[in-house]
Amino acid sequence: MHAALTIARRELDAYFVSPIAYLVTAAFLVISGFFFSIFLISAQQQPNNDITQVMQGLFNNINVILLFIAPLLTMRLLADEQRSGTIEVLLTSPVRDWEVVLGKFLAALALFLVMLLLTLLYPLFIWRMGGNPDWGPIFGGYLGLTLLAAATLSIGTLASALTENQIVAAVIAFAILLVLWLIGAAGTVWTGAAEVFRALSILERSDNFARGVINLEDIVYYLSLIIGTLFITTRILETRRYS
Amino acid sequence: MIEAQGLSKHYGTRIAVQNVSFQAEQGEVLGFLGPNGAGKTTTMRILTGYLPPSDGSASIAGHDVLRESRAARRNLGYLPENVPLYPEMTIAGYLDYMARLRQVPQRRDALQRAMELVHITERADDRIGKLSKGYRQRVGLAQALLHDPPVLILDEPTVGLDPRQIIEVRELIRKLGSERTVILSTHILPEVSQLCNRVIILSNGRIAAIDTPQSLTTRLQGMERVRLQVGKPVPGIAEQIGLVAGVQTVEEGANGVFEIQSTRDQDVRPLLADLVVKQGWGLLELRAMSMSMEEIFLELTTHDIAATAAPTTPAAEPIPPDVAPAEDENEVVTKDA
Repeated sequence: MHAALTIARRELDAYFVSPIAYLVTAAFLVISGFFFSIFLISAQQQPNNDITQVMQGLFNNINVILLFIAPLLTMRLLADEQRSGTIEVLLTSPVRDWEVVLGKFLAALALFLVMLLLTLLYPLFIWRMGGNPDWGPIFGGYLGLTLLAAATLSIGTLASALTENQIVAAVIAFAILLVLWLIGAAGTVWTGAAEVFRALSILERSDNFARGVINLEDIVYYLSLIIGTLFITTRILETRRYS
Repeated sequence: MIEAQGLSKHYGTRIAVQNVSFQAEQGEVLGFLGPNGAGKTTTMRILTGYLPPSDGSASIAGHDVLRESRAARRNLGYLPENVPLYPEMTIAGYLDYMARLRQVPQRRDALQRAMELVHITERADDRIGKLSKGYRQRVGLAQALLHDPPVLILDEPTVGLDPRQIIEVRELIRKLGSERTVILSTHILPEVSQLCNRVIILSNGRIAAIDTPQSLTTRLQGMERVRLQVGKPVPGIAEQIGLVAGVQTVEEGANGVFEIQSTRDQDVRPLLADLVVKQGWGLLELRAMSMSMEEIFLELTTHDIAATAAPTTPAAEPIPPDVAPAEDENEVVTKDA
């Protein structure tokens, strides 16, 4: 665990050396700010002035943004170490393979949580301006986003272990996420299996959180997806030694 | 300190390393010599635990590289080929990171010591990406030395350095090798005779020879080569020389020069001198030709060893360095098999 945190710290530093972390953070804030403004203005124009809708709408859009930025945050993690050969030094130091994977994943998650933390300005803004936001669903929404982010970033980490090319890693991650996103829609065609498809969908569940509904089942879904993906990533790292 | 037993590595049907066995003790510098693709890097990667062997076993400081991988890795410092580093980090930042990963006690002191050993202290805050090849190599070495490991594995430590840097690095390796076990790979032949107590010559993934550089030279010289030059070459000299006891082959060159090969351990020079003087050919020159490391290397690696040496050949067995040359004739001159 000690090694994982050391790796995570180095990785976080590396994020801020390249422009990618700044660019992604800036884009994320501009887009989420844009959505926040739109929902806020449209809520003001409605007769009932329902402020809770604002944050819920925002969460549902951040969900989608995540699918696009997660691959950008994770593509470098293991791919670049494999391309440059630094993985050889890392794996011949007395560090366990899972510590490498966990460290990389935690760095990406930490970066995203910083970005997410900045969006707390929006509900604080509503509150400061005299609105009375419903903190329950807001807290739920943030919890859901954190879990969704961890799941998408773990998938990105896995994709990054598969190749030494960052672009390829990003494309693989995006493809997997897109499938997990769209699989819910498959239920509308094969209505018989609609429940199964919805259960598999990565996005449907975070909607529950945004509505303030926290199901144990949803938490278990995300946690098992994260742990399972990181486990597979560790195995990929191990088997890549054999190739 | 280091023990390898029958190491093999296959990639599908391609054989990278085949039945490699050897030992290295403390205070020994062992050189891996061989052309590109001979299996030097693969063997080193197996020893570091980076690549699992397809067959065989290896141990570092008594720890099996597969079963007690982390214990083995704790006892070893590794400089991979081409020195992979993180370009965005500073030297000090990188070494600090590696020291943390290795949980080095008294990190600050260890860092200072490693940087001083390779003379990079004054550039501690420079970005690695801006460093010259020589400095990168030193950073890689410092990384391998951070935790003061008993075993050092250095893959081509002097490649890409200028002559002055090469001398520095060699001096460092010699110093390190006095109390540690060092394995280094190279294709620079003088390096081996200068640095190594023992040499393993690898060819096509197999051990072609394993011995001290000195006795490797003398063993191959067992097949004595003599250069003879006479002042008055007359036809038929070659035939007459061929009749001298112990002479195996005679090659006639221009200007009365003959290259003569004799059987092992037999000096034919007195007999040749007698003959030349008796016949009045006019002796100009008569000397034994010694083989350089280059010639030995070519001799051992250009022949198709894989075709002649069965996997059970004695060449693959570890040879104690003190074995008398006469006993291990087969090991070196595999082309005779």
